[in-house]
Amino acid sequence: MALKGNLRDFSITQLLNLVNVARKTGTLVVERSQEQVFVSFREGKLSYAHGGTDGASLTMVLYHAKKLSAAQVRAINERSGGISDKELGLLLINSNYISQQEILTSLQAYYLNMVNRLFTWGEGLFHFDTELLPPKDKITVRISLENLIIEGTRKMREWEQLQGEIPSLEMALKFSQRPGVNLRNLNLSADEWKVISFINPKNTIHQIAKATNKNDLEIRRIVYSFIQAGLVDMVRPERAPVRQPVQTVQSVRPIQSVQSVHSVPSAQLIPSIQSVPSAESIPSAQSIPSVQSVQPRISLPQGSKTEIKSLIDRIISRIRSI
Amino acid sequence: MQTVKMVVTGPFNAGKTEFIRSVSEIEVVSTERKISSEAERVKDQTTVAMDFGRISIDENLVLYLFGTPGQRRFDFMWEILSEGMLGFIVMVDSARPETFREARSILETFRAYAPTPYVVAANKQDDKDAWEIDDMRIALRLSQQVKLLPCVAKDKEAVKKVLLELLYSILDEMETSEISTSQEDLADK
Repeated sequence: MALKGNLRDFSITQLLNLVNVARKTGTLVVERSQEQVFVSFREGKLSYAHGGTDGASLTMVLYHAKKLSAAQVRAINERSGGISDKELGLLLINSNYISQQEILTSLQAYYLNMVNRLFTWGEGLFHFDTELLPPKDKITVRISLENLIIEGTRKMREWEQLQGEIPSLEMALKFSQRPGVNLRNLNLSADEWKVISFINPKNTIHQIAKATNKNDLEIRRIVYSFIQAGLVDMVRPERAPVRQPVQTVQSVRPIQSVQSVHSVPSAQLIPSIQSVPSAESIPSAQSIPSVQSVQPRISLPQGSKTEIKSLIDRIISRIRSI
Repeated sequence: MQTVKMVVTGPFNAGKTEFIRSVSEIEVVSTERKISSEAERVKDQTTVAMDFGRISIDENLVLYLFGTPGQRRFDFMWEILSEGMLGFIVMVDSARPETFREARSILETFRAYAPTPYVVAANKQDDKDAWEIDDMRIALRLSQQVKLLPCVAKDKEAVKKVLLELLYSILDEMETSEISTSQEDLADK
């Protein structure tokens, strides 16, 4: 039977809890417009995950974990000729290039990152497929879900708050016109500097996120901290229709220098229209029949417990005979 | 003539009216109105005050079944309908997980009205999208002690089973309270 629905109605933390408590084995498939995430479980523990187009190959996972360089990935891909992830892992371990622990840690981080993406999905169709298991040649792990659920709940709360603060990623950012703020004196992380370098009223936050390889939660976190610190203001993107998503990362324009940023008149964000039940959908008081007119007088069974039991027994016999 | 009643509650479109219709010996007195809200147009009509069915037990006893309206905006009816009930049934649409939270909330509301026994009926189990009972138990956060029964409201036998399980629960509850009362009496002596 089906275990399917929409994350809008049944959140990812509720799903993970269900998988954990019921010790399920299978793969949770979640889809949202063009995106797909596959998360596999074995007896209620996370074992494997990958994106729709991304097969989670070991070389790419190790590359993202900075354990392999781009040149090494190319070389391995050229020479390995269809070698499986398990074989490749053994090869790397036996040649003392990387330890087993490093491989497992990189894979765990990758799989967790996949699941973490789902915590920012307000909606998305999901189904749990008990027949779909990770491919045999892939390296699986066993990660308990309890911590993931707790951390995920925290993230969802943060996500809701950030969504309230930054409702749309189709807005752009411009530096605040505040005298005395010198960016060079700020203590920013490498990721924050990356984002700073793309701040320009022509770039939407969404474009900046793509260009800096940040997910929705990460970019909102960084932008929110900039807004809180009074560094940037949100503006309507210049010459770009607000609702039109930009297709390519290449179209993002990095700024040459902070001084060259133009100021753009700020535009007010329009909150999304909440759905309100229409007035005509609520029947008027006159259209509802009065309770007293329809409900018969009900008496609770009175008398001793033996009498009540006998009464219930009579009802049971009668219902059996219907 | 003695009368007793049971209440059938649950979210919008869970199948409460159909449930009562399956076993009632009279044509169900229904207060259905056409649905005008687009969002709720999964069916044509909905109960706005209550449904009312009847089963004559014998010459001196009648069982009434009351179905509550599913939408929150008619919840003023719930407390009125719950007065004096023998027990209640919470209907849940097994194929619509988006209603599980609401079902849980309705269950808690009715438990607060009266400490009477109840069962949960996982309706529409014949639907291809229906969730498994075990999954529903977790999703609805029901303990193992709570009876969660597979049900198809159109099927009289399934409805009878749910009613019977509620009656067995009422008997169990009475026996449990009897035991605890006699234990308290012994302790007093």
